Amino acid sequence: MPGVTRLSVRNLRKSFGTHEVLKGISMDAQDGDVISVLGASGSGKSTFLRCINLLETPSGGEVWVDGKQIRMLNGRGGSRPASRAQVDHIRSELGMVFQGFNLWSHMTILQNVIEGPLHVLKRPKAECIAVAEELLAKVGIADKRHAYPAHLSGGQQQRAAIARALAMKPKVMLFDEPTSALDPELVGEVLRVMRALAEEGMTMLVVTHEMSFARNVSNRVVFMRDGIVDSSGAPEDMFGAGASPAFRQFIGHFGNPQ
Amino acid sequence: MDFAFLSSTMVTLIRAVPTTLVLFSLSILCGGILALGITALRVSGNPVLSGFAKAYIFVFRGSPLLIQMFLVFYGLGQFGVIRYSFLWPFLREPIVCAVLSLALCTAGYTAEIFRGGIRAVPAKEIEAARSVGMSGFLLVRRIIAPIAFRHALPAYSTEIVLMMKSTALASLVTVWEVTGVAQRLISQTYRTMEVFLCAALIYLVLNFIILQAMNLLEYSLSRHRRPFAPGLRA
Ligand SMILES: Nc1ncnc2c1ncn2[C@@H]1O[C@H](COP(=O)(O)OP(=O)(O)OP(=O)(O)O)[C@@H](O)[C@H]1O
Ligand SMILES: [Mg+2]
Repeated sequence: MPGVTRLSVRNLRKSFGTHEVLKGISMDAQDGDVISVLGASGSGKSTFLRCINLLETPSGGEVWVDGKQIRMLNGRGGSRPASRAQVDHIRSELGMVFQGFNLWSHMTILQNVIEGPLHVLKRPKAECIAVAEELLAKVGIADKRHAYPAHLSGGQQQRAAIARALAMKPKVMLFDEPTSALDPELVGEVLRVMRALAEEGMTMLVVTHEMSFARNVSNRVVFMRDGIVDSSGAPEDMFGAGASPAFRQFIGHFGNPQ
Repeated sequence: MDFAFLSSTMVTLIRAVPTTLVLFSLSILCGGILALGITALRVSGNPVLSGFAKAYIFVFRGSPLLIQMFLVFYGLGQFGVIRYSFLWPFLREPIVCAVLSLALCTAGYTAEIFRGGIRAVPAKEIEAARSVGMSGFLLVRRIIAPIAFRHALPAYSTEIVLMMKSTALASLVTVWEVTGVAQRLISQTYRTMEVFLCAALIYLVLNFIILQAMNLLEYSLSRHRRPFAPGLRA
């Protein structure tokens, strides 16, 4: 449903000790939005994604997923989630794809993909397997379903990880530099899968250094610098005349993307 | 070689194998369950609980098993609460004392082995599990325990073999397992070498079987570390 706000982040803050990494980030993702998050190393992109599904506990601010706010308690020791069950539920609605794939090494690819639906969502096994096989076919590794992660190339592992996240039927997909750990010749196969997802209308938040993806696939680009949103907008504007000086300098390092 | 004597000795000793196996399997089972609890306390993050687990592990790994067994066997009756409790008819059985002390001791070692396994679970795989909404017992059961157990298996095999040999100590608290029966035979025949060689052979055979079983288990749990064979389905 276009027009529905899938993810809303209000004034998100995060400190590690005295080091303030996120200094108040706000962002909304409507249904079908594909938002590329760009920024230099250390600007807080990963921390931002990890705060959204509470792999890091935000120090302040609000996160809303599909209209529900993640309830936080503010005690003396800082802030913490009010309800473990709600955190688990929210995480099951957010698909996360990691830079390092993070597949479960002791399970086959098929087992990796059915694990969440079967044991977290408690769906019937036959249904889980049917959905998983469909997803594996979609990301192009149906023939690898009985292989273990160690038997796959990086690109195949990342596509399996995307299938694992999709199997949860997430409201929003979060990608943290999904192609940064891949050999250059394997980047394309993962980006193609992500592009297909975007075209199907999946709501996506993608931390990436792939300027061509940011420019050609996403409908919004957010540039983070030192824990704040330096600038954001449509790719045409961001990569065109409307770019902030800092963003212009940042993309200068990547050459001119097409 | 006196084959007649050797074979009659063998027959007598083999009759004691069931007792050895009972000592072994009960202490591995009870010790394993206890070890799970101690491991849980040890990694709980609560300083009091993990302190208790550390103390437990130190005491049972740091003192001789034989002394622990004597303390259980001769010591429990000193406590009125135990002596007059409904458990006493049960606890004064030598085999119960032997199983109890073997289990308490192996639990200390096994808890450390399990903890090592847990430490070897990649944080990234735990994070991936959290990101699909797993936490608490589900996370332990589905992700942490299976990976940790695989890492712990080689060390755990060693512990199990050591336990098989430790059952011999039960002879000193009057349990008639293989070693105890061997000593009785020696006191009757004075043929130390032959009798002990037969006993050693029995332990070797038992441990050979156990090690084969453990290797098989390890092999079947490590498919993910072997080359992919498309024909072989899970
Ligand atoms: N667990 C942590 N403890 C302490 N500091 C941390 C922790 N995680 C991240 N940081 C710090 O927060 C800052 C932002 O880190 P983050 O990983 O979010 O950056 P990033 O934009 O994702 O960078 P990269 O492009 O290198 O992945 C860095 O200075 C980092 O050192
Ligand atoms: Mg990062």
